Parts: sequence; C-alpha cells; structure tokens
Amino acid sequence: MKYFAHIKIMLKRGILDVQGKTVENSLHSIEFQNLTNVRIGKNVELEVDAENYDQAMKLVDSACSKLIANPIIEDYHISITEQ
Amino acid sequence: MKFGIVVFPGSNCDHDAYYATSVNSRSDAKFLWHKDTEIPSDIDCIILPGGFSYGDYLRSGAIARFSPIMKEVINFANSGKIVIGICNGFQVLTEASLLPGTLMRNESLNFICKDVYLKTEDTNTKFTNDIPDGKILRIPIAHGEGNYFADADTIKSLNDNNQVLFRYCSPEGLVTTEANPNGSIENIAGIVNETGNVLGMMPHPERLSDNQLGGNDGLHIFKSLVNYFN
Repeated sequence: MKYFAHIKIMLKRGILDVQGKTVENSLHSIEFQNLTNVRIGKNVELEVDAENYDQAMKLVDSACSKLIANPIIEDYHISITEQ
Repeated sequence: MKFGIVVFPGSNCDHDAYYATSVNSRSDAKFLWHKDTEIPSDIDCIILPGGFSYGDYLRSGAIARFSPIMKEVINFANSGKIVIGICNGFQVLTEASLLPGTLMRNESLNFICKDVYLKTEDTNTKFTNDIPDGKILRIPIAHGEGNYFADADTIKSLNDNNQVLFRYCSPEGLVTTEANPNGSIENIAGIVNETGNVLGMMPHPERLSDNQLGGNDGLHIFKSLVNYFN
C-alpha cells in the first residue's frame, strides 16, 4: 500500500523561538497588535510504502526520531492518509 | 602524531584545519573523504571541520551525521580515540549523539562572523594543556546556528563533570551576557564528552593559528594534542 505522510515539526514549548518572536515584533510594528505567540515550524511531506497504516506510522515515527526532527528541541506530529 | 580531516560536501574549513595541523603544528595530516568506510590505522585524531555540510539542509549536521565515514568516526570515538568537531563539526557531533545537547539558531538570528574571547575552564586536558593558566584566547566564530542548548539536567552534569572546556567571555575574562555572541546557555562555547576524548567547539581555532593571519591563539589547541601524543 502507498501512504502519504504529512509531518509537522515545531520547537518544543518553553524553548524560545527567535524566528517566531521576530515575526511577532514585526507584526506588532504594523497593524497586527492582536497577534501574539507566533511560532514557526517546518512541514515535511513524504510517501510511504507499507503493508498497513500502523506499519506506515511506525516507519515514519522512526524516521522522525532518527533524522527528520531533533527530539532534544523539537516535537513532531505525523498525519498519515492512504493514497 | 597524525590528524585525519574529514571532508564532507560543503566543508569549507578543511584546508584551514590541514594547514593549522600539518604546517603550524608540525604534525602529519591527511584528508578523509566522507564516503570512506575505513579510517587509516595511523590516524590519532579526527577533525570534523567547519562549513555547511550538505548545505545545512534539514538541520546543520543532520545529514552529514549519516555519511558513510561517520559510522567509523563513532567507533573511533567510542574506542577512546580523539575527535574534534569545529563549528559545523560540533553540530555533526551533537547530531551523532557523541556530544550532548544541540546547537540552535543564534538568538539574534544573524550569522555572526567576528573574533570572540574564550575562557578555558580546565588547562589540564588533552585539548588545552598548551594554554597558559589564565590566558584568554581570541578566536573567531562564524556561524548562524551556534546557540548551545541542553536541558537543565544535562547542563548540570556537564558542569559537575567539568565537561565545559570553553566559555565566551570579555577580553578581561569575565563570563558575561554581553560577551555571549549567540545566546548559548551559560556562555558555553566548547564541551567534551564524559570520557574527555571528544571535543566540540563553535569557535574556529584553525582560522587563527598563524601570526601572519592576525594571531595564533588557536594553535594552542592543536599543540596541546601534539604535546599529549609526545
């Protein structure tokens, strides 16, 4: 089976997201003072060949913890759909 | 002694490291290709040089960490032999879990290229025995992601085990927030592993190892290793 995985990677809560902070400051300097707590992450999409959903999830999770995300500072969320 | 300098696609301080070790430290040096699957038996110390290995894609050092030679570098380090990671090399070492923590984006978001001052916390190591007690080193940094981060437990164990070797300081040697160029926790600029044979540092000692290029404070680190092996 072919699956499609969408991985969302964000800095862990509590770690200063300097990029988000800078964008927030810039938003505040124009007309968007009501927008706060800006956080910036990464999106990764990939295709998975696996026998079933669980196996696909397990593979992608392993790839995330080994390479795609840095578990010291990042959290990730995986969504898998059948193609 | 003989240094082995790993060349990844995108390394750009490999020749500086070669010059600093072979010419200025009067030792032998050899380039090792990232696709090599063997480390020559006469290599005493491996240097992972600075640069932008694999374009810094995904995260700095994340792809290089899985280069074929890294398997051997990890075995080399785990057997107690000496490995130094400078700048991008430090990032590769943290990605490979040979050193704890990680290097995040500089607090200012800027790529910073300038001389900084370093306080050596322990001059009784393989990497620092040539540094006179109390001497403040002037060494350049050149990075966008050098903001050292680790959780509180890791920082505590680094301090308890004397694993922090270098901290950013003022020219007078004061470890202050103003002297911290990138936001690193506790001004950490360089650390060793628990067994003291793997060093990672963001500043570039190889870039200031010749008086004709403006100073040679960086040479102390390579000379310390030469002293150690002699």
